[in-house]
Amino acid sequence: MSKMTLKTEGDTHVIVTRRFDAPPEALYRAHTDPKLLQKWLLGPEGWSMPVCINDAKPGGKFRYEWTNGKGAGFHITGEYLELNPFNRIVHVERMHLPDPTPDNHVETTFDQDGEGTLMTIRMTLPDEKTRATMLATGMEHGMEASYVRLEAMI
Amino acid sequence: MNGLDTKFSALADPTRRAILARLSLGEATVNELARPFEMSQPAISQHLKVLEDAGLIMRRVEGTKRPRRLAKEGIEAMNQWLGMLRTALEKNYDRLDGVLAAIDTKKRGEMR
Repeated sequence: MSKMTLKTEGDTHVIVTRRFDAPPEALYRAHTDPKLLQKWLLGPEGWSMPVCINDAKPGGKFRYEWTNGKGAGFHITGEYLELNPFNRIVHVERMHLPDPTPDNHVETTFDQDGEGTLMTIRMTLPDEKTRATMLATGMEHGMEASYVRLEAMI
Repeated sequence: MNGLDTKFSALADPTRRAILARLSLGEATVNELARPFEMSQPAISQHLKVLEDAGLIMRRVEGTKRPRRLAKEGIEAMNQWLGMLRTALEKNYDRLDGVLAAIDTKKRGEMR
């Protein structure tokens, strides 16, 4: 399996890449179809996404809500800016903790790579401070809740 | 997780990142660190203080010199945090592998 990479670029970007053994079309659908998103965008065991509203068209809004079933939860809202089936999605999103974080501009591309697909996510934050905060606290709260609850990893 | 806010905030400055990059090559004095920048020594010292308070660099006393070097523990704490983030995202994408495999199967079924 190919490794995921996560790195910062310049002052305001965060870049994530991952290769998948599936065509770009499948990746695109898994990122825009609520039923599919609810199957994988979950974080650690015990977390689920009971609300997944996704209007995948330019100007369309989305809202994802996560819960651990024990009273903890948070949500993300966003808008689609561009959708080029099946290669590119551009959207903005913010996390509500419960106060909204500054907008994260996200460009996701799915490029055919042999039999599979190379996914590249390019996040752009408004400034260095926001990126630093996102890496240190925004992701800590949001993604930690979603993905990296320490106890879930040990 | 202690002090991660301070550490990432300390990194949110190009001069301080350049200082860390320089120190990754080895110990350096304030003068040596100031040289590549068009900045006064007090300004550099201020950046060094921020990095030191964040636990990312340490100083050693050598006569009148105070050479700085990277603080392994502080750097390691950030690295561990980013590692967790990576692991977390990887978990989602491992699940996505499964979802994609199911999509493929369905598609092939439809094409038959």
